[in-house]
Amino acid sequence: MNCEEAGILLHALIDDELDAGNARDVETHIASCPGCAAQLRDFRELRKTMTSASLRHTAPASLRAKIESAIPTPRSAKTNRRFVIKGFAAGAALSALAASGVFVMVMRTDDEQRILGEVVSAHLRSLQPQHLTDVQSSDQHTVKPWFNGRLDVAPPVIDLTALGFTLLGGRLDYVGAKPVAAIVYRRRVHVINLFCTPTPDSISRGAKMQSLHGFNVRSWAQNGLNLWAVSDIGADELTEFGEKFEAALRQ
Amino acid sequence: MSAIERYVFPASMAGNPAMAVGTASGSDGGKAERFKALALPHLDDIYTLARYLLRNASDADDAVQECYLRAFRHFDTFRGGPIKPWLLAILRNVCRASHVGGSRLVYMADTGDDLQAMPIWREDTETPEQTVLRRQESQTMNRLIGELPAEFREVIALREINDLSYHDIATVIEAPIGTVMSRLARARKMLRDAWIAAEGEGESR
Repeated sequence: MNCEEAGILLHALIDDELDAGNARDVETHIASCPGCAAQLRDFRELRKTMTSASLRHTAPASLRAKIESAIPTPRSAKTNRRFVIKGFAAGAALSALAASGVFVMVMRTDDEQRILGEVVSAHLRSLQPQHLTDVQSSDQHTVKPWFNGRLDVAPPVIDLTALGFTLLGGRLDYVGAKPVAAIVYRRRVHVINLFCTPTPDSISRGAKMQSLHGFNVRSWAQNGLNLWAVSDIGADELTEFGEKFEAALRQ
Repeated sequence: MSAIERYVFPASMAGNPAMAVGTASGSDGGKAERFKALALPHLDDIYTLARYLLRNASDADDAVQECYLRAFRHFDTFRGGPIKPWLLAILRNVCRASHVGGSRLVYMADTGDDLQAMPIWREDTETPEQTVLRRQESQTMNRLIGELPAEFREVIALREINDLSYHDIATVIEAPIGTVMSRLARARKMLRDAWIAAEGEGESR
């Protein structure tokens, strides 16, 4: 291999894009060529500077809103309510029991929508400077005790760093005017807030994925806890997070 | 109407992008939901590339909006897999259309004022001096990337900022992987030299 080839391939080496054979060839050349070795060092250094410098922009909220409104989606909750009212107006033969059942269902849907809005708002608030964590640590044994005495529940703080989700810390937040635990993780450059409150009963509820204002929310109930994971990462990755957390909590 | 709007939006939909989408109802609503859940989480990524390609905030804003509308219109042709490269490719076409058609796209220096000065989490404790230094470094680097010729700027942005693999970069810029590699090597050389020069001027340290 000559220096010209190595000069291009060393970038693929830095980027982890070479198979084992090619990587070995480049490394062999570099070991015997001080010039290329210096290049490799330089470009690694440049890469490091670029990673630590933050070069990403954040889309303005107004742009997000413009796109949201240009791609309209029907509101299912509204349809439900309208359906119920129509049902009554038409004097449909609904028994009182069924009617109250439907009513409860609608209330629940509305309640869910409200909570969905609140956890997304709490997530957005947490992204303001200095709002992300009250206790900042990647050590679950530091974060968990911090909640002691602050809540009537001991939130599960699980370190998922090895599984690709880094624990950043914890925070006390409010959802529905009640204090809740927020456990904060990150995936690459994205923040995941996991909100956690005790359930009145200890029923487990399967996971549900919803999205609001471009944020994904995965909610489920497990071990007497209601959990909401909120993030701007894709639904697939948030599902992966939820499943890994669920599995760790079962252990 | 700005230069970019003229070339990015066909006359029929200029000024009212929503018209092009029509009103979603019935099964379209499901499509819209699906599209939003998949595509909106990548908004910051798309916007970031637009900023680097177009180098100013208001053109980037227009281009990203057009990108999402176009992506939604052609969502049926999306063949699954990761959606980010697909969206970035659409954005790139929108941005290029604005350059090709537009006789001149007024160059405005992107000051990078709204760069995320630092991640909102801190990996370890950082002194205020270090924070200031990092902010300066970010702005210098942002400027230097902005000064690269377009074909080098885009591979740097796709690789270093959007974190795409060579394969995905090749898809987005519609070029063979060999081209991606040689372009990236040249782009990094230019950037390294510019960075060293900037350091010499005492800009960043």
